[in-house]
Amino acid sequence: MSRKKFTNMKTLGASVLAVGILLSATACNKKVAAPAPPAPVAKAPEAPPPPPPPAAARITNFAAEPRSIQRGQSSTLSWSVANATDISIDNGVGTVQANGTRQVSPNNATSYTLTARGPGGTDTRTVTVDVTAPPAPPPPAPAAPKLTGKEILEREGGADVLFGYDKSDIRDDARQVLLKDADLLKRIFAADPGFSVILEGNCDERGSAEYNLGLGDRRSTSAKEFLVQQGVPADKLRTISYGKDRPACTEATEDCYQRNRRVHLAPGQ
Amino acid sequence: MKLQKILTDVGTVGLVAVGAFLIAGRMSGQQPNGDITGVITNTSKPVIAIPDLRGTGDAQPFMDALNNTLWDEVSNAGVVKMASKSLYPLDVPQRPQDFRAPTVTAPTRRGEAPRTVKNGPWLTDWSGPPVATNYLAFGYTAVVDGRLALYGWLFNVGQSDVASAQVIGKVYFGSMDGAGARQVARDFAADILQQFGTKSLAGTKIYFVSDRSGAKEIWSMDYDGTNQKQLTRYNSTSNMPAVSPDGSLVAFTTYAGGNPQIRIHSTTTGRRVPFYNPISSVVETPEFTPDGKQILFATTVDGWVQLCIANVDGSGFRRISNVKAIEVSPKVNPKTGSDMLFISGRSGRQQMWRSTLDGADMQRLTSGEGDVSNPSWSPDGLKIAFAWTAGYEPGNFNIFVMDVASRKPVQLTQGVGRNENPWWAPDGVHLVFSSKRGSSTQIYSMLADGSNVRQLTTQGNNLQPVWSNGTK
Repeated sequence: MSRKKFTNMKTLGASVLAVGILLSATACNKKVAAPAPPAPVAKAPEAPPPPPPPAAARITNFAAEPRSIQRGQSSTLSWSVANATDISIDNGVGTVQANGTRQVSPNNATSYTLTARGPGGTDTRTVTVDVTAPPAPPPPAPAAPKLTGKEILEREGGADVLFGYDKSDIRDDARQVLLKDADLLKRIFAADPGFSVILEGNCDERGSAEYNLGLGDRRSTSAKEFLVQQGVPADKLRTISYGKDRPACTEATEDCYQRNRRVHLAPGQ
Repeated sequence: MKLQKILTDVGTVGLVAVGAFLIAGRMSGQQPNGDITGVITNTSKPVIAIPDLRGTGDAQPFMDALNNTLWDEVSNAGVVKMASKSLYPLDVPQRPQDFRAPTVTAPTRRGEAPRTVKNGPWLTDWSGPPVATNYLAFGYTAVVDGRLALYGWLFNVGQSDVASAQVIGKVYFGSMDGAGARQVARDFAADILQQFGTKSLAGTKIYFVSDRSGAKEIWSMDYDGTNQKQLTRYNSTSNMPAVSPDGSLVAFTTYAGGNPQIRIHSTTTGRRVPFYNPISSVVETPEFTPDGKQILFATTVDGWVQLCIANVDGSGFRRISNVKAIEVSPKVNPKTGSDMLFISGRSGRQQMWRSTLDGADMQRLTSGEGDVSNPSWSPDGLKIAFAWTAGYEPGNFNIFVMDVASRKPVQLTQGVGRNENPWWAPDGVHLVFSSKRGSSTQIYSMLADGSNVRQLTTQGNNLQPVWSNGTK
């Protein structure tokens, strides 16, 4: 098409030149004759109308919907362009057609520039897609709340270690209890390294207060030695004797006496 | 002198002979396990009559207080038998010159008895039946220079004349009020008791443990249970008191600092004085040496509670025993200062042992049966009081007294609750002890033969009494 216009323009130029030569010859003949009335303007041969100038490229629409996205979501760019021969969008979109849509998922706020070039000029337009950070995720599903050593001890309760009358050696039943207590204590100290446990030595009411204070001390020491042998850290275990001052029960029966001849695990700090 | 002999004889009889036939009567029920003698309660003590004294003028209102105190003091000492007031003659002398020797006229006829004409009160009114007393205490009060004056005499009415009958003749002064009246009565009683070889307990103090404030604290009271006062305020558990020989310091075991440790307080200011405990899980049963310069106690060494000694501030700590057994309650012989009693599990159940303060010459004093606790030396170092679960009520703690030389235990309590912590009074005649009779534990005193039991405390639980020998 443009080649054809160019050809027409050549034809037009040759015609103008021919008219000029004709006019020059007429002026040379002036002496001879009255000036001739101006020659009527030579009616130029009918020239084809000039072709209309090419229209400028024009962007009629360039939009992002939505204008604002959360990171990870996408926005749709849509545009329509007229009179353009070359249309492109930057930021990785590339050359596009005159009308179209394209989904984009920028990670950060991004300005997209649409450039439309055509014979009549270039048009650009920019839209910005805002990207907001997504809201903080819900707090992680509450991990099982971390228990303090005291809470674990109170929840699981180390069993009392029982002793024979006037005895501080570890019986078979006491050994089984202490093995379980040792496991519990190791778990507690792993979970709460700052925690410590008091081994409270107690006696039944039958001996004297003075001797029982020593016997309770002996029992708590026996229990501590056993627990340390099982790998419970010695520096986390403190012993104290309450003699017969803190009975678990007060009946004068062998059953009650046995319950009071005990080492009890109590929270330290 | 003669009186002291009588008392000694009574004691020996009680320990060896008389007790044997009393077993059947007084100690009913179970047979004793060991060689334990019964108790004698009816002894032939000297008899004393103490008629009510009268007062003149302003002294009159206080005579009831004076007479009651005088009677109680002498009676409770336990060394004399009180002649019953209902038997006294109506005509009571108030001073020596009131005695009038009867007029004896020679018989007018042969074979007739001499005639005796009574001229007034006379010694035989008292020495003869029905009163039949050996001694008579009498006198009166008056006001002298605004003070209460007690004119007191003690007569041995077995004598034949007034001059040789007089044992005491003395004036005692006190303030013009009830306290003054009780004071002069105590002073007179003390002089009377001294004649019978015993010491008045007036002015002595008993330290003990009471929980009446809500926590076990150290308290003090007068010898008769009056004037009870709180000494410590730790609001923890404080117990096992011991008092220094001069009465100025009280040591005890307390949980106030965490694990049981010894603390010492002044009895005069009530304040704590320094004592450096060994680093140990238990420090307990403090006891002062008779010179007051050192303190014995029991503390955990190498996993076992052992006997130790240190200076009264805790410095110079030294271990005495070295045995895989619990050893507590060291009690130093007040006479020798070089040997001690203590409780040890070294032969099995807790028993009473004796050794030197260095731990040499170990001897077990009890049979090995039952549990033994709380040894206490008599002031003369000749007898030991202790608590034992053997005897006529096996399994239950009762109070026993052992003669050091013969090592024969005599059981003083039976069938009246759990009896522990006997402690000799400074007079060597009384014991104080704690007993759970019913729902609470209370402190009682009694004579060292088990008689004359008196309850001294009532509020809360009261236990572990120690009788201060000191005068402070």
